[in-house]
Amino acid sequence: MERWTRTHQNLLWAVSAVTIGIALFLVFLVAPREATMGDIQRVFYFHVPAAWVGYLALFVSFVASLLYLRRRESRWDRLAFSSAEIGLVFITQGIITGSFWAKATWGVWWTWEPRLTTSAVLWTIYASYLTLRRAMEEQGRRERVAAVYSILGFVAVPINFMAIRWWRTVHPLVFEGGGSNLTPAMLRVLIFCIVAFTLFYLAVLSLRLGIAWAEEQVEQLRYE
Amino acid sequence: MVYLFAAFLVLWSITFGYLFILGGRQRQLSQQLASLRSQRATPAETPRDRAMPGEG
Repeated sequence: MERWTRTHQNLLWAVSAVTIGIALFLVFLVAPREATMGDIQRVFYFHVPAAWVGYLALFVSFVASLLYLRRRESRWDRLAFSSAEIGLVFITQGIITGSFWAKATWGVWWTWEPRLTTSAVLWTIYASYLTLRRAMEEQGRRERVAAVYSILGFVAVPINFMAIRWWRTVHPLVFEGGGSNLTPAMLRVLIFCIVAFTLFYLAVLSLRLGIAWAEEQVEQLRYE
Repeated sequence: MVYLFAAFLVLWSITFGYLFILGGRQRQLSQQLASLRSQRATPAETPRDRAMPGEG
């Protein structure tokens, strides 16, 4: 990714900005008003994509960690922790937007039901991963420990995803039995928002990888 | 509507806050890299080099 030219990066940022702009237009002016919850349901169009990109970013971190342990190439370590950091930002967004939605519909900011509890656990695991990685200074060992932690920590992602299917919960279930509980117009807006957030994730990842590469260069030049 | 706008405000505040931090870190690293590279390009000075003209 760090071989990407500035032009590629700028193009990705431009496409991402345009799709996010269109997504905002669709969410506020095109998506139909939900009959029971009213306008607060529009949070859903950013809550779900934020969670989706969070999962995607943590999956990328998981795969990159496996590749690092197999090949011991620093580019996989850079991809693993860069993607985990972005994943944590998106998971935070998902939790906070969900909390506003919960307050408006359930009357509480937070409740210890399965999806929210496993989200809190997931957030803590990856916040600890990033803290641990920054705290360790010994090169080689730091990357190995981080990779193992990332692989083990990823177990929390499918548990978080399946929580509303495995246990009784008040959290809405949008997709079940191969279909969705949305009207076609709502589903189209949701899919567009997911695409927009995924492009935005790729743009941020290209920026974060460049920073990770520069951090590594500074570290090498200091200790040579 | 208050909760809807509050949720969007927080969402975009987190996004732009994170991008702002990344931008700052990128600038800081570019400066550090340029400084370290220029230090390596300049040969290390010996005490003799640093001596005032006429001292030795």
